[in-house]
Amino acid sequence: MPKGISVDHQGRLKERGAMSDTNLLLTITVVVFFILYLSAIVFLGGSFTKPQNFLNILNNNASLIVLSCGMSIVMITGGIDISVGAVTSLVCMACAVNLENQGGNIFTMILIGLGIGLAFGVVQGFLVAHLGIQPFIISLAGMFFAKGMTTIVSKEPVRVTNAGFLALKELRITVPGLGSNNKLGQYIPAYVELGVVIALLVVILLFCLLRWTRLGRAFYAVGGNNQSANMLGINVRRTKFLAHVLCSVLAGLGGILYFLHVGSGDVANGAGDEMNAIASSIIGGTLLTGGVGNIIGTFFGVLSLNTIKRIVSSLGFDEAWWSNITVAAMLCLFLVIQSVVLLRRNKK
Amino acid sequence: MTTPVKNPETRVKRPDEPFFKRLTRQQLFIPVAALALLVLFNLIADPSFFAVSVKENSLGNPVLSGNIISVLDNASELVILAIGMTLVTASSGGQDISVGATMAIAGSVILRLVCGGQVTADTMQMNLVLAVIIGIAVTALFGAFNGTLVAYFKIQPMVATLIMYTAGRSIAAWINNNQLPIINDLTFKYAGTFLPGIPIPTPIFITALVILVFWLVLKFTTLGLYTQAVGINANSSRLNGLDPKLIKLLTYVILGVCVAVAGFIRVSRSGSINYSRIAENIEMDAILAVALGGNALSGGKFNIYGSILGAYVIQFLTTTLYKYEVPSTALPAYKAVVVILLVVLSAPVVREKLAGMKKAPAKAAKEVS
Amino acid sequence: MQEGAVLEMRGICKYFPGVRALQDVDFTLREGEIHALMGENGAGKSTLIKVLTGVYPKDGGEVHIKGVDGAAVIRSPQDAQNAGISTVYQEITLCPNLTVAENMYIGRTKGPGANWRMMNSGAGKILASLGIPASPKQQLGSCSIAVQQMVAIARAVDMECKVLILDEPTSSLDEQEVQKLFVLMRDLRAKGVGIIFVTHFLEQVYEVCDRITVLRDGQLVGEYVIEDLPRVQLVSKMLGKELDDMADIKGESGGEPVSQDGAPVLEAKDLCSSADIKPFDFSIRKGEVNGFTGLLGSGRSECVRAIFGADRVTGGTVKMDSKTVKIKKPLDAMKQGIGYLPEDRKGDGIVGDLSVRENIILAYQVMKGFFRPVSRAQAETFADNYIELLEIKTASADTPIKSLSGGNQQKCILARWLLTDPKYLILDEPTRGIDIGTKIEIQKLVLRLAEKGKSVTFISSEIDEMLRTCSRLIVMRDRKVVGELNGEDLTQAKIMATIAGGDEK
Repeated sequence: MPKGISVDHQGRLKERGAMSDTNLLLTITVVVFFILYLSAIVFLGGSFTKPQNFLNILNNNASLIVLSCGMSIVMITGGIDISVGAVTSLVCMACAVNLENQGGNIFTMILIGLGIGLAFGVVQGFLVAHLGIQPFIISLAGMFFAKGMTTIVSKEPVRVTNAGFLALKELRITVPGLGSNNKLGQYIPAYVELGVVIALLVVILLFCLLRWTRLGRAFYAVGGNNQSANMLGINVRRTKFLAHVLCSVLAGLGGILYFLHVGSGDVANGAGDEMNAIASSIIGGTLLTGGVGNIIGTFFGVLSLNTIKRIVSSLGFDEAWWSNITVAAMLCLFLVIQSVVLLRRNKK
Repeated sequence: MTTPVKNPETRVKRPDEPFFKRLTRQQLFIPVAALALLVLFNLIADPSFFAVSVKENSLGNPVLSGNIISVLDNASELVILAIGMTLVTASSGGQDISVGATMAIAGSVILRLVCGGQVTADTMQMNLVLAVIIGIAVTALFGAFNGTLVAYFKIQPMVATLIMYTAGRSIAAWINNNQLPIINDLTFKYAGTFLPGIPIPTPIFITALVILVFWLVLKFTTLGLYTQAVGINANSSRLNGLDPKLIKLLTYVILGVCVAVAGFIRVSRSGSINYSRIAENIEMDAILAVALGGNALSGGKFNIYGSILGAYVIQFLTTTLYKYEVPSTALPAYKAVVVILLVVLSAPVVREKLAGMKKAPAKAAKEVS
Repeated sequence: MQEGAVLEMRGICKYFPGVRALQDVDFTLREGEIHALMGENGAGKSTLIKVLTGVYPKDGGEVHIKGVDGAAVIRSPQDAQNAGISTVYQEITLCPNLTVAENMYIGRTKGPGANWRMMNSGAGKILASLGIPASPKQQLGSCSIAVQQMVAIARAVDMECKVLILDEPTSSLDEQEVQKLFVLMRDLRAKGVGIIFVTHFLEQVYEVCDRITVLRDGQLVGEYVIEDLPRVQLVSKMLGKELDDMADIKGESGGEPVSQDGAPVLEAKDLCSSADIKPFDFSIRKGEVNGFTGLLGSGRSECVRAIFGADRVTGGTVKMDSKTVKIKKPLDAMKQGIGYLPEDRKGDGIVGDLSVRENIILAYQVMKGFFRPVSRAQAETFADNYIELLEIKTASADTPIKSLSGGNQQKCILARWLLTDPKYLILDEPTRGIDIGTKIEIQKLVLRLAEKGKSVTFISSEIDEMLRTCSRLIVMRDRKVVGELNGEDLTQAKIMATIAGGDEK
């Protein structure tokens, strides 16, 4: 190499040090999302120009946002939890049966939902953290178990007629300043559902947890190198255990939000959401190898994933398979970008 | 060089371990024990489980029938996948979760070719062997795609194959324009059912053949050593003249070939395909088979026969559950309980406790003195 | 507890399956002393430290710590930290994905929050006071290994501990950094901290330590005041026999200089690689032993990696036996009869889970080819031969290589390359981190290989080792070849001067 470059090389080294892997990947994600959405507005126009269209992405995916946040935390500690989709489904079904057939109310429903999540989290977390079993296998079993249990609770779809629940479900929170005129010229204010507010709260809380608490930093340390973390005086087992508990409880909450959105229990609820959550986390810059990731990124990951789905269907490719193929293509693109970026950085 | 000196200190004697401990440390302990338990359970609960009888199939040919035959028959796809999955796991320390989806692709390609693009065909429009070879080529290509992402872009296998997992079934549907082709040619179904005049299901023969091929490959090539070396320490392997990337890629291509064979068996059982249902969740069973066989999912050393045995154990369990009329939708819950029991029993922590680790120090001390 | 002691370990026992790693070991550390823990590899130093810091549970014995009544219970590194024991391990035990500041504070702050401002300013002060060239906000993974090790030391020093354990902290530091560390150690000693210092470098022990405890084969040999134990005796205590091989080794080589006009086996011109080294020329003759020397990071490993094709070669020509050859990857080099024992034994050398036998035949097998596997019987013969020849201590040829001690692992890697019968063997730090006995064996082996007409390039951090084995030294500085020394010039002083460079001429 010529001489000039080696000086340059050192200069760049310092600059790179300033931006951690986590922040770099986050930046990529956010930029890509804005490019996606803005180009949709510019080139496709139509519904994309309406604020409600954007808010509907949130309305439809409040549950996925919460699931993905939990997934990101487990992935940051270097684990994975593929049971979250099935837990969502089980929670929906259990809540529906509770409200409809057992005379439950909102309170018991929430208790059941979170309780199921907690139970899954404690068992899976214990097996992963204290018995050292691979999280993939454990959560695979968890997924099977939740799927089976869902059909044992009820094979038939359960529609809910509980008045209190329906009131919550139909609750529309208008967003001041946003809205659009419909064809008749009436002004329709834009709204979000209750679930979105809860999901956003979760995002903010978890962001603070990861950034400003010892537990949050311990998640990163364990994912970075768990032997080192142990030597540094972090209780690795406890940290992993808590990550799994947190993820499963969030899956329980995600189940409640899903239920709040669809209003019925069905075996098909939440199907494949574990993969959507993993994909969102990855698009959001979380690495499955652990130690790198960000909740805000995950949030944008969910948005990007669903924006691209909408773009594809509004382009006229509305057969079911196109949506899957685009999501896969997007995942592929992001993985390759991340891999190239990180490989380049890691080469001295 | 000096003349070799016999050094008495060179060999450190291994202390005698309790028999049970040595037994539990064997790699095949878990699958064998699980199989034994299942067999024992069925023997006690209902010995007729093992009865094999001769029945007439729908074509009026005498064929063997019974639970054991059905285990051996239905495990075929899983066994073939488990073999490929073992190699992929060993070389890359991760699993391919797209095998079910790529099986759908293989099935779709083969059906499209033999139906000649029609929705129903009464005779095959293309030589079956050629169609299968094209099917193999297509999935090998998808295997190469996965392998490239894993080996050359260094993406974790589960994540890299998530792409095909998401897109595979849609691609399969797209290949046939979302139609569901049906072939009524009986010869097409030979591979998935029975060859005329032979009472044993053909998939059993195909599986045996695949196992034989892999036995030969592992014996007459260095695939086994290379795969393990690359899986354990890629840097070191490279400095010993291996090309770790190429070897990883190769294992994914091999898995692709296995997938096509499994996909072919699956479509030739019925002569039709349902893109979203075909081989559903089989990737999970295949990974489970690898783990049950005592192979570390983090890669490295492997035992292919452990995985094969693991696959049969899983099918045995499924068949047993069906026999006791567990509804197919609730099946996963039961499977999950069994899986958790098995992995807990095989966890090192638990095994050490079981084998009475506390006695070991005293024993070791005695050995030394 | 003894008067003035901060730490007492009594009758410590530790067993691993099939191995007694520690048997009835006593160890006492007094206030304000630097105490060297010495022993060959596998003597039990690291095990003793890991027992003390709660990484391994002990199987017997008691630990007493000043200020704690009765036997101290240490079940985890956290307990050890709380008891006032802080540790710097040989391998870096920090998290590369966190910032420098976080690595210094994580796991030892109180309360549920993570106070970034406090961490960054605190870390900034410590880094500045120790002169460590790193920023608190920098991601640790982007620092060099030496800086990472210094950060680990900074963390341990900042913990206001009673006992500081340094387990081979100097192996990745250069001379200046080592001196900085010594200043720091003396400071802490003055403040009454007890320091346990584990190292392979004898000079460092005599430079900075007050007392020495020697272990051998998991047992205590004795505790000595440094003045009472001359080097030769220390070595013989560590080895367990009177040994004057160290002096003899040069005599054995016969003192016959290799003919200077022998044909070169390998000639490289303007060779450079992706690892950022200046183009260099290099040649080696049949039966010659030469070496690359220079400080850590001077590019000596990168040079031999370029010759072997381990890094991407970006320019230059290589001739083997006067014929131009293309070496683009390790296999090309192997086919030309070159063998390479890498610097990083664990990362680049051994294939941990594979057996000793498979590790030994690996390179030979690769050269033979994919479709021609070595038969089991043949592999066993090869492995048994080399286990005997190199006196590799292993339970059997089927034992996973990772369960062997460092020295024995290194012998297996040597066996791997000897089996391929190379014309030219490159040994990059073959003696790092292994015991003195094995070091001498390896040095002798190198000289014997040369007598048999093989060419060897030998790299070592220890200059006297290079002087004993090499007849020509290539000196490197800042990724550039700055000199070549042979004959009369091969003296410690001359080499040091060339490495340091500047105006000595």
